This record gives sequence, structure tokens and C-alpha cells, in this order.
Amino acid sequence: MSTTSIDLPSHGGHGHGAHGDDPHHQHHFTTMEQQFDTAKLGMWLFIATEILLFGGLFVGFGMMQNRYPREFVEAHEHLVRWQGALNTVVLLISSFTMVLAVESAKTNKRAKTVGFLALTIVCACIFLVVKYFEYSHKFEEGWLPGKYYHAVGDSIAGSHGYATFFSFYFMMTGLHGIHIVVGIAILTWILLRAKKGEFSSTYYTPVELVGLYWHIVDMIWIYLFPLYYLIQ
Amino acid sequence: MSTHTETHDEHAHGGVAIYTRTLIALLILTAVTVGAAYINLGSGNIVIALFIATIKAILVALFFMHLRWDRPMNGLIAMAGFVFLGIFIGFCLLDFSSRNAFLPTNLHHTEVPLAPGSAPQAYTVPVPEPAAAGAPAAAPAAEKK
Repeated sequence: MSTTSIDLPSHGGHGHGAHGDDPHHQHHFTTMEQQFDTAKLGMWLFIATEILLFGGLFVGFGMMQNRYPREFVEAHEHLVRWQGALNTVVLLISSFTMVLAVESAKTNKRAKTVGFLALTIVCACIFLVVKYFEYSHKFEEGWLPGKYYHAVGDSIAGSHGYATFFSFYFMMTGLHGIHIVVGIAILTWILLRAKKGEFSSTYYTPVELVGLYWHIVDMIWIYLFPLYYLIQ
Repeated sequence: MSTHTETHDEHAHGGVAIYTRTLIALLILTAVTVGAAYINLGSGNIVIALFIATIKAILVALFFMHLRWDRPMNGLIAMAGFVFLGIFIGFCLLDFSSRNAFLPTNLHHTEVPLAPGSAPQAYTVPVPEPAAAGAPAAAPAAEKK
């Protein structure tokens, strides 16, 4: 809204309220708001590429499910539904704590920001612990991707369907898991910066952008969960 | 602008109450989608699961990702991502659903006993077609002579 407002500061003009004096204000942006919106626009472009990255894998999964419908349904029964559901709930709660961290940073509540970021990291770690138990069980049973698949007792002997299912399962949940690990790293970085009091209502861009990243990771899981754990 | 500033600021903050309601809605929808998976509706299951997942994704985008109060450009970019994904999925489905079973990768589904030295039947099927198409083409050439 304010990009259309009249009171644009002249170049080099100081004393334009808090904006002109903010140390985070980079010289090539007219206002802090413009700087914030630009950063956010870039983040949304990145999110669009994330949608397409996982989109390709979802399309591949859909096609292979068409080719091996029976095998995919059978293979998916090796996934434990409550573990997937638990991880869904954990990630949804982490998204909630993340949005509260952004809200706290925006309203100058430093302790709350740190607290909510810490809770988000705890949720992310719980997710990874559940994932660890899921993965290690599959390793033990030989439900592995592609040529490493060596589980016995499949009802359609010699079919590639089971191995294909687990190829996609490990590829997609693995890539999602990498996103979670990266998320933990950047959340920790943001938490340390928040602890130092680097964020305020005039500058909380990193918190906001990490929040957007965290929500897209959550959103991907929202689709992964029903497609892998609930198919019939 | 000045009359809307107050209400806009209120919206721009989002607010803990709105986020809490969003979380509750998301948790309820998760319970619904898990519950629906135990009812066998055939191919309807996947439709319901994806429909609920999309509602959840929209809730996350609108409230947690602030698109509800954000500049339209950000929402446009997000939608563009999904639109192109839709094109991708749509055309792949068209391709996949209109294929026949003559792909070499599908041959193990149609196990044909082979005589030694002969090609699989799937490969021999298209052969008569060029011969049939060649016959009318040869006829006008013969007339010219």
C-alpha cells in the first residue's frame, strides 16, 4: 500500500522516521517495506520452484501407481499409519509455533521469539526421530529402493512394483527429510540471531522467510502423508 | 486509504487467535483424512484424500504463510507454481492413460510363449499396417506407368 503513498524519502534524506536510520536498510531500497517485500517475493519464487521440484516426483509416483496398482497398495501396508499421522500432527504443530515465532518477532517479543523457534526445532527433531524408526525398520526388512529390495513374501513374485514403491518412498520422504534437516539448521541460525536481539518490528525479514520455508516443508508433507500412508 | 489503515493493520497482524483456529482446523482435517482411509470407497479414496490435503494446503498458505493479507503478487507466484504443476500432471495423465500395452517395459505383463528365433508378438503386430498403407500408395504409381 505504501509504495503508492506520497511520502517517499528523497535520496540521502535522513530523519525519515525509524526507516532511514535502520542499520539493516540497504541503500538500493527506497524503504524498509520495499526491502522486506522484495526479499519475500524472492522467497515465493523459491517456493514455486520447490512446488515444481516435488511436483515432478509426485507425477512419477502417480504414473508408477497406475502401472503397479496392486503392488503399491500392498507395499504401502508396510508403512505404519500411526507413525505417519503422528509426524503430520508434529509438523502441523511446528508450523503453528513457527508462525507464532514470526508474530513475536514482529511485535518485539524477543524471549517469545526464541522460545517458539526452539519449540519448532524440537518438533522438527521429533519428526526426524519418528522417521529414523520408520527407516530403520524398513532397512531391517529389506524394503529398500530399486535393486536393493530384498524382502521376501511378496504375493506377486518377481514384480518390480514393490521396489518401485520403495524407490519413490525413500526418494520423496528422503528429500523431504533433507528439507527438514536444512530447516533445523536455518532455524538454529535464526534462533541464535533472535537471542542476540537482532530482530524487531522494523526488521524481522529472516524470521518471516524461514517461516515461509518451514510452511512449504509442512505443506509437502500434507500431500506425502495421504499419498503414501493412506492409499487403497 | 486513511479510513482503511486501522482495519488493515489489524488484519496484517494475523493474530494468535486466527493461527490457533487454523491449527485446530488442520488437526481436525488430518483426523478426517485418516478416518476416511478406513472406509473403502474404491477410487473415491484418493480423490477425498487429495481434496482434504488441498484444503489443508490452502489453509497453510492463506493463514500461516500470510497470503490472506499479503501482496497479491506473492499469491500469484504460488498459484503459478500450482498451475504449471497442474499442466504437468494433466498432460502426463493424458499420455499415460492413452498408451497401449506395446511398450517393451510392459512385456512381462503379457507373457507370450515364443518360438525360438521369432520376435515377441507385441513387436510383430504393427508390421502389417505399413504393408496395408503401402498398397494404395503403390497403386497410383502403377497407374502412371
